[in-house]
Amino acid sequence: MYETAHACDVLVIGGGPAGLAAASHAARCGRRVIIVDDNPRWGGQIWRRGSGEDESPQATSLFDEVRRAGVKFIGGAHVFNQLQDGSLLAEAADGVHRFSYEKLILATGARERFLPFPGWTLPNVMGAGGLQALVKSGLSIRRRRVVVAGSGPLLLAVAAHLRKRGAEVLLIAEQAPRARVLRFGLRLIEWPEKLLHLMRLQRYLFNVPYLTGCWPVMAHGRRKLERVTLKRGARLWEVACDYLACGFHLVPNAELAQLLGCETVDGAVWVDELQRTSRPEIYCAGEATGVGGVELALIEGQIAGCAAAGREDEARRLFAARQRARRFASALNAAFDLREELRELATEETIVCRCEDVRLGQLREFDSWRAAKLQTRCGMGPCQGRVCGAALEFLFGWRVTSIRPPLFPVQLRNLAYDPSSEAERVERG
Amino acid sequence: MSDEVTLFIDGVPVTVSASSTVCAALLEARAIALRRSVTGEPRGPLCGMGVCFECRVTIDGQPHRRSCQILCREGMDVRTDV
Repeated sequence: MYETAHACDVLVIGGGPAGLAAASHAARCGRRVIIVDDNPRWGGQIWRRGSGEDESPQATSLFDEVRRAGVKFIGGAHVFNQLQDGSLLAEAADGVHRFSYEKLILATGARERFLPFPGWTLPNVMGAGGLQALVKSGLSIRRRRVVVAGSGPLLLAVAAHLRKRGAEVLLIAEQAPRARVLRFGLRLIEWPEKLLHLMRLQRYLFNVPYLTGCWPVMAHGRRKLERVTLKRGARLWEVACDYLACGFHLVPNAELAQLLGCETVDGAVWVDELQRTSRPEIYCAGEATGVGGVELALIEGQIAGCAAAGREDEARRLFAARQRARRFASALNAAFDLREELRELATEETIVCRCEDVRLGQLREFDSWRAAKLQTRCGMGPCQGRVCGAALEFLFGWRVTSIRPPLFPVQLRNLAYDPSSEAERVERG
Repeated sequence: MSDEVTLFIDGVPVTVSASSTVCAALLEARAIALRRSVTGEPRGPLCGMGVCFECRVTIDGQPHRRSCQILCREGMDVRTDV
């Protein structure tokens, strides 16, 4: 077995905006910083780089800062367990990596919330961010007919991006009612940078219908998606398409924090004003502390980076900016709150747990996630409930309570990793 | 061109950009379903970011690799499970 050991002052998990901001700030304060990410490259989901992609100026300048600050980046490494306090284990293609740290900053981001509806397991029904990620990763979308659906401003960003890459975006179906979306739109004047961003997106969205109060009720096809049925008010209609890009806003990735014993509130990692979790040596920044967008993630990252490096005074100077970004976050989450009707989308026959093919009808008799899990294997497949967990929380109010290692399925030899064994070992600074 | 790589998808050579992930290469090669679910349904990728495991394939003999998080490499041997 092959093991690589790394030591640093500040370890950052996640190389998206929050993680990069945290890393550059901690490194500028003279700390040795390592970022670990499960993706091969940094940038996170929002700044995922790929062929033919323009980098946002904001991303480019932060990437430069992180490079100049001398931060080390380890990509393609999945953190799966804690060895002991102050030491995490990650699996990469070349074996286990062990990271020792003084301070830890979790910037694990968020994932899309998927809701089950008939046909959602058909190939080419994907997340909205999911399809965008694939296009950024090399999938050609030129002349493909796409329906973008679900909820949240991500739908607009995805539709604009796909269109820029030559897709035929047929429509955007936003579940939130028109009045709420409009009110949110009017409030954007408080955050001119968001308004500007929206106006930039709109350049790519002319002629694309944005239907509020509209959502998919069924996806049809034999071996893959062929058509989707949409509902708006009393009207039901079918649209032929190649892809359905559908995500219902975002949920925090809090599993690693939970594994390490950090408190969560409503599924998000609890932090104090310095972005410190309930475990004093562990900080958390960005979407994992609650979904709030890129500006909030950046500021939280900066605060966490300064605080972890012992520069509390500098961190405090950023509190006002964070407050402003947090107001945006609460307006955002209120505007795109999920409507009751979405609870009725799945039928008894609809698969809820895609890993174990557990159907909604099999789950009704249980009163908790734990009971359902034990009896049906729901949430026990490789994704460990990351997809069905958020759906079941919305459908039944169940919450995933116990997080156990490994965080992801890992190879047995890596799971059996024993630091005291005579393994081939590489020590790195 | 040096920024392209050729990998093998179920034995068939496919040339893609070196910045492509294996998942994108699979879809480009028209493999719509990447695996069969436990009850035999065809499945394709869902999340595109390493969370859902729907895109898992065997790469160079190693099963259950998340193809959306792995970049294509020259000569890579990718096997779908359909």
